[in-house]
Amino acid sequence: MMITAMTEDTQPNSRAIGLKMAGVLKESGERTGILDKIDSVRQIEKAKLKINDLSFYYGKFKALHNVTMQIPDKQVTAFIGPSGCGKSTLLRIFNRMYDLYPGQTASGEIMLDEQNILSSSVDVNMLRAKVGMVFQKPTPFPMSIYDNVAFGVRLYESLSRSELDERVEWALQRAALWTEVKDKLNQSGAALSGGQQQRLCIARGIAVKPEVLLLDEPTSALDPISTTKIEELVHELKSDFTIAIVTHNMQQAARVSDFTAFMYLGKLVEYDHTDVIFTNPGRKETEDYITGRFG
Amino acid sequence: MSKYQIRKIINYFNLVAALFVTALGLFMLAWILSVLFSKGFQYINWAVFTQMTPPPGASGGLLNAIFGTLVITFFAVLIGTPVGIMAGTYLSEFGGNSRFSSTVRFVNDVLLSAPSIVVGVFVYTLIVEPQGHFSGWAGAIALAILVIPVVVRTTEDMLKLVPVQLREAAAALGAPRYTVTLSIVYKAALSGMITGVLLATARIMGETAPLLFTALNNQFWSSNMNQPIANMPVVIYQYALSPYEDWQNLAWAAALLITLSVLAMNILARYTLKGNGAR
Repeated sequence: MMITAMTEDTQPNSRAIGLKMAGVLKESGERTGILDKIDSVRQIEKAKLKINDLSFYYGKFKALHNVTMQIPDKQVTAFIGPSGCGKSTLLRIFNRMYDLYPGQTASGEIMLDEQNILSSSVDVNMLRAKVGMVFQKPTPFPMSIYDNVAFGVRLYESLSRSELDERVEWALQRAALWTEVKDKLNQSGAALSGGQQQRLCIARGIAVKPEVLLLDEPTSALDPISTTKIEELVHELKSDFTIAIVTHNMQQAARVSDFTAFMYLGKLVEYDHTDVIFTNPGRKETEDYITGRFG
Repeated sequence: MSKYQIRKIINYFNLVAALFVTALGLFMLAWILSVLFSKGFQYINWAVFTQMTPPPGASGGLLNAIFGTLVITFFAVLIGTPVGIMAGTYLSEFGGNSRFSSTVRFVNDVLLSAPSIVVGVFVYTLIVEPQGHFSGWAGAIALAILVIPVVVRTTEDMLKLVPVQLREAAAALGAPRYTVTLSIVYKAALSGMITGVLLATARIMGETAPLLFTALNNQFWSSNMNQPIANMPVVIYQYALSPYEDWQNLAWAAALLITLSVLAMNILARYTLKGNGAR
């Protein structure tokens, strides 16, 4: 059974359909959970990434099963689900990170604006300059704070010293780190605290002015205060960037995201507005997961 | 006897055996060092560093041999390091676990434990014989062949210690592969790679056999790498075997000096690596 909720209308409308869909599902006894038959295909008003029938393989192992979804422009989309459900795998396809490893292949289609990023003709490095990524563990490069932020900028732009200074300051300010580091830009990035390092990585990611920012469990290695700062940051950044965030923390997904996708066993189980997912999920698996009954 | 008791006895036996051989190894090292110090230290004086190797019966020093060893070692490291680093980089960053890189890794390990005299004979037939004379260059090349496997090994190991996440983070910014390797991975592994080069230097400083067949020796001051050149290990070899007491004394002094410099290299290498760990 294939459920397709399509609407080109505004949010309230699509939300109503989401609710209706949830109702239909509950009544029709779909709670027994034949997961592989169901995809949630949602037509987003202004999609940045259109994912169409995407499957992913680690060697022969199929890690993602025919995912179809659309990621809205300048919104925050959260991916939740138990460990090993494929959410990080999915994120790493958006900037073709998997290309670094032989034996990993993707099939299907991902349209970034009008370009299929899975096509072999895509310049992967240019794509990654457009689709930035921040990882679970802070990864400051072994160089100064300034050079960390300037690293990506220097790759693709030749700016004058003052322009580069401005860009570094802009990125650090956007990442809410400027006031803490403005007097020690020449110190090693590794000398910062974990939370500061992660914000440094975010600054580094946005310094190149990407269109999409991928956050792969960006706060899982951080203390609560740093986590709050990063979450506030995500909220701030969505005015400029399309953000996709993978998180194990459901409260975090509820706090920061506009849309939430629940994944399980390599499949996209449910995808809807965040408030729908958390208040009135359409599928039993989603409800079980967000209420902590498994995962 | 219960199984438990048997296990206890075996455990006890192994523990004692391990302690014994450890003590034996340490004892040998301490013995060598103490003999070197007691015999060699008294002959180390100003003349050792300022005068040339003397004819028997005359007074002299080791200046030409010290200089020769420094020059040969310098060029050996200069030739061997780039080759070693590039090969190590290939194995760690690009080769992966392909059949080719496994073969290279295996051959490198063989080379790592190859008897140095074989390397000496190899360079003898390759360079000394066609040229018709011994030379400092031949010595440097022989030692470079010993440097390469050490540097390949340490470079590969050190690069593999750099977290994958760091490479991914750089790649995620759109950095092409060579930029990731040159400006991120090398930077992160730099002190480890320097340690490898220092260890290789320590390894070749005291090598005698390859130099016997290549650089040979020179009683006089020479800085010409195209000619036989004096060096510490061969001086020790010749003087220690000579019947003249003053030559034997100089050999003791030279042996102590070379041991101390190898020791210093090793300590420096450890220090460099430790500095990296703290950061």
